[in-house]
Amino acid sequence: MRLVLAEDHALLRAGLIQLLEGNGFTILHAVDNEASLSAALLDPAAEAAVLDVRLPPTQTDEGLRAAIAVRAARPGFPVMVLSQYVEQLYARELLASGVGAVGYLLKDRVSDVAEFVDGVRRVAAGGTVLDPEVVATVMARQREEPLERLTPREQEVLGLMAEGRSNAAIAVHLHVTEKAVAKHINSIFTKLDLPLDGDDHRRVRAVLAWLRV
Amino acid sequence: MSTPTTTGTPGRLALTGYAVAQFFLSILMIVLFVLWVVGGVLVVVWVGLGILAAVLPVTRWVANLHRTMAGRTLGTPLPPPYRPLPPGGFFVKARTVLADPMTWRDLGWLLVAPVVGITVSLVVIVLLLGIVTGFIWWFVTPPLMQARAMFDRWFLCYSRTETLEQRVQVLTETRADLVDHTAAELRRLERDLHDGAQARLVALSMSLGMADAAFDSEDPERARRLIKDARSTTAGAIGDLRSVVRGIHPPVLADRGLSGAVSALAIDMAIPVSVDARLPGRPPAPVESAVYFGVAECLANVGKHSGARNGWITLRWTDGVLRADVGDDGRGGADPGAGTGMLGVMRRLAAFDGTLSVSSPAGGPTIVTLEVPCALSSPKTTPSSGPA
Repeated sequence: MRLVLAEDHALLRAGLIQLLEGNGFTILHAVDNEASLSAALLDPAAEAAVLDVRLPPTQTDEGLRAAIAVRAARPGFPVMVLSQYVEQLYARELLASGVGAVGYLLKDRVSDVAEFVDGVRRVAAGGTVLDPEVVATVMARQREEPLERLTPREQEVLGLMAEGRSNAAIAVHLHVTEKAVAKHINSIFTKLDLPLDGDDHRRVRAVLAWLRV
Repeated sequence: MSTPTTTGTPGRLALTGYAVAQFFLSILMIVLFVLWVVGGVLVVVWVGLGILAAVLPVTRWVANLHRTMAGRTLGTPLPPPYRPLPPGGFFVKARTVLADPMTWRDLGWLLVAPVVGITVSLVVIVLLLGIVTGFIWWFVTPPLMQARAMFDRWFLCYSRTETLEQRVQVLTETRADLVDHTAAELRRLERDLHDGAQARLVALSMSLGMADAAFDSEDPERARRLIKDARSTTAGAIGDLRSVVRGIHPPVLADRGLSGAVSALAIDMAIPVSVDARLPGRPPAPVESAVYFGVAECLANVGKHSGARNGWITLRWTDGVLRADVGDDGRGGADPGAGTGMLGVMRRLAAFDGTLSVSSPAGGPTIVTLEVPCALSSPKTTPSSGPA
């Protein structure tokens, strides 16, 4: 998998390169500012991108805007956005930029190497990976129809799906069998009136419905 | 008072028109003055209060008419200088009116102005009507009416010195508040860093030191456990730093400006809060920050106390004033003086001559309005609106 990496802190950039290359990714371009990022994203050989939200020159939300722009130009281009802080507003903008293949994580999640690498793989495969902090904020909100029809357990499962976890991982987290998880998920799909298509797309759509994007 | 604008001071005929109007208004003013005296005397038997309540708005209207005419004659607008009436009952309003020095100046002016007014007006009118004297009218009218206007201005508007004195008073108060507020904020930051990130970094360093020792004593299991601890401590420290940074200057405010940052606040609310932001540019950063934290405080109160099902926020900028309204459909009865939060917001806004007002009748709805006079910079921010 050939990646574009954007991160302006030299130390973190070096760390991320080492971490990703050590896990079977190829870093095609490693850049540290908006202009080189835009150029790198034009490279047809790039298959996915891992981007820091804040980049020179203005140190605001260049990375996020670049992510949305590249997904407008190349629909479904997988992007994992990293940030020192998470905003639901940004999560929604990212999710609205196309169906799936998008991730939004706090930078410190990188320290859990296995989970982070797994997250990047899931995003590259078309999944959605949201930071648990975003998920927790959504959880705290009063639900409206039709999500009110979900049982607390189903909402919990949906939250874990939004974090990008597999059925097996959800099962481990909730101390239940994978079969039980699959049952919950099917029930969620039915309650949210999600049409039958590829399983991954249904998962993504369920998450989108949940975030009211 | 302020810089004179030379656009279209009235011509001689218009000035003569003012003279005619002022002649008739003078008669009304004599009646008003008599009513003031009668009302004042009859206050002892309550009836007077009713008379005064009726006479006051008419008096202010007449005075404002003269301010407008004097302002046009002198080429500088003379805005009404009355203190704004606070929300509340009759007696609350009455107290403000009585405490307003301009009320008494109006009264003094009512006594003196008809004499001056009738004299000046008659001279101008007679000079025009007596055809032969038209020559004199041509030369005398502008200086005469200007003198009249200056007379009105002297009575009806605060002088430069008075305005500056009032300004100094306000600035002294708001500056003292701001200094207190800043000092308290710094203390809070120091405490947050000391109890949070700093303490965790110390613990982190300890864990790593012990892990180092565990390697020496060839206990890799213990070392591994200590390093794992160290990692979770690091995560905690990063989380602490993040919340401190949010408290100083939320990153989303820097990224997206006030409209975007307020939308982000609305999205994080447990109840649906709609945002309608229409700002043609960005306010200065300190104002943005003050209004942002003000709105955040209002929303926190909505979440904690109101029991509301829905909320809404509007952001507007009109005539040099930035206005934010935060409303909810909760139970109402909010008292801005009850907690320290709202007072803090008021102090922070006061530093920019901004104000906060609350309308919260029992049973709701509650609307908190923040207003800050400010200029906007070039339109760079993207407008954001829609349901959250």
